[in-house]
Amino acid sequence: MLKINGVYKTFNIGTVNEKKALNGVDLNLKEGDFVTIIGGNGAGKSTLLNSICGVFPVDKGSIVIDGTDITKLPEHKRASYLGRVFQDPMMGTAADMQIAENLSLAYRRGQKRRLKWAMPKKELAMYKEMVAHLGLGLEERMTTKVGLLSGGQRQALTLLMAVMKRPRLLLLDEHTAALDPKTAATVLTLSQKFIDEDHLTAMMITHNMKDAINYGNRLIMMHEGRVIFNVEGEEKKKLTVEDLLKKFADISGSEFANDRTLLN
Amino acid sequence: MDIFSALPGAAAQGIIWGIMAIGVYLTYRIIDVADLTVDGTMATGGATLVVCVTSGMNVWLAMVIAFFAGCIAGLLTGIFNTKFAIPAILAGILTQLILYSVNLRIMSEKANVPLSVEKYDIILSLRDVPHAIIVGLIFTALLIGCFYWFFGTELGQSLRATGCNANMARANGINTDSRRIIGLVLSNGIVALSGALLAQYQGFADVNMGRGAIVIGLAAVIIGQVIFGKIFRNFALRLLATVFGGIIYYSVITLVLKMGLNANDLKMFSAIVVAIFLGIPHWKKLLAQKAAARRG
Repeated sequence: MLKINGVYKTFNIGTVNEKKALNGVDLNLKEGDFVTIIGGNGAGKSTLLNSICGVFPVDKGSIVIDGTDITKLPEHKRASYLGRVFQDPMMGTAADMQIAENLSLAYRRGQKRRLKWAMPKKELAMYKEMVAHLGLGLEERMTTKVGLLSGGQRQALTLLMAVMKRPRLLLLDEHTAALDPKTAATVLTLSQKFIDEDHLTAMMITHNMKDAINYGNRLIMMHEGRVIFNVEGEEKKKLTVEDLLKKFADISGSEFANDRTLLN
Repeated sequence: MDIFSALPGAAAQGIIWGIMAIGVYLTYRIIDVADLTVDGTMATGGATLVVCVTSGMNVWLAMVIAFFAGCIAGLLTGIFNTKFAIPAILAGILTQLILYSVNLRIMSEKANVPLSVEKYDIILSLRDVPHAIIVGLIFTALLIGCFYWFFGTELGQSLRATGCNANMARANGINTDSRRIIGLVLSNGIVALSGALLAQYQGFADVNMGRGAIVIGLAAVIIGQVIFGKIFRNFALRLLATVFGGIIYYSVITLVLKMGLNANDLKMFSAIVVAIFLGIPHWKKLLAQKAAARRG
């Protein structure tokens, strides 16, 4: 359902800070795939997700979702296909707006926004029910400004906003990295629950090798802007952290073992 | 007693500027853009109204035209900002400069055009201050009502999201560029309407009548927030607080003038007061950080 063909992206072309972030990425996702993405800092993981979202135009290649070429679409037009959760819990919600208002904004993703009342009573009841499913007790605080919530609560809410319209593709960009371990586990469990319940196709970047192995049916490893390793199905189930470390050392030299972020 | 006899006039002016401040609230607070176009738009509104009315047009129609003239100015700033990628402040300054020439054109190259309340049928004048206050309050109430409705709609909500978190807005399918333009258009329309009311009140339009308008608008927004922020939580009440801020601003100005402040120093005085109020949140944060550091 997602086809990424030969995507290249270089930042700051022609300057001393030139950085080849994506160096010919090819990737095909099937309906219902849940892919975890690992790789060192600067491997191009976030750049890949951001180019799917259209945060910036890519230099070369194409991105196709369900047969629709979205390579040239502006960010807000692609949003109807996508659900996104960012690494920074502050980034996915509007702090000065209520929980219900944030949900009502997300609920209209992919629709034209008109001069109709944004929060009809009927919808409020539905939002309340959805929020109750998060199991965080937020359903009693629907009119609370999101800025008053904790990082974990905000991230759970962002996740709900990302999935509530059943996106064609859910993109999770290290969405638990900024949370404490316990909250991170809660948000991760919720992510799995939503993906299972709605049979979502999803991509998740993580720095945690165990999570990369335990979640999803596919795993890809990126290095220097390329996908260098791809396992799925039974093969992935048998994978261990040691395997991954060794795999990386084989393919790219010993660099990986020195990458602090991958050893946690 | 002299001071108190001047207060109703200050209140009337404060209400008219309070309406202008609602326009500033829309850009500064809601879509998070400091829009300097308003210095020009205020005069555009006044000039358009006076020229239309003196050529025999109905005053209500003239106010509608003034509103749309302001909208066009806002559109220009919006296009500069989004399509030319010029930072909002500079985009506003550019339009403001364009408007200076345009405003002179509107007034047939004259810097000041009178509008006599005796010759024309206008809706408010400083000859009858209580009446002017009532007219101003009616406009304020209607405007706050419109705002309350608009920002509760899907479209209005998307403007708020754009100002609050543009990343989140785009991720949820909102075209943030178009929302910024809509905000600037509406804001400048309101400011021009306020200019049209002011021209009627004072009985003339002047090419300089909007000079420093942004500072007065910000002063009203900030005074309203500082004084009423704790009790006025509701959106409509916050807008009302902005209008109160305008009234308080003009009352204070009237008082300090009566107490002997040189009128030529007035703009400096206003700007410094606004600068201090804008700085207060920052200093508060610094102090809190220091206190936390000492404790920690």
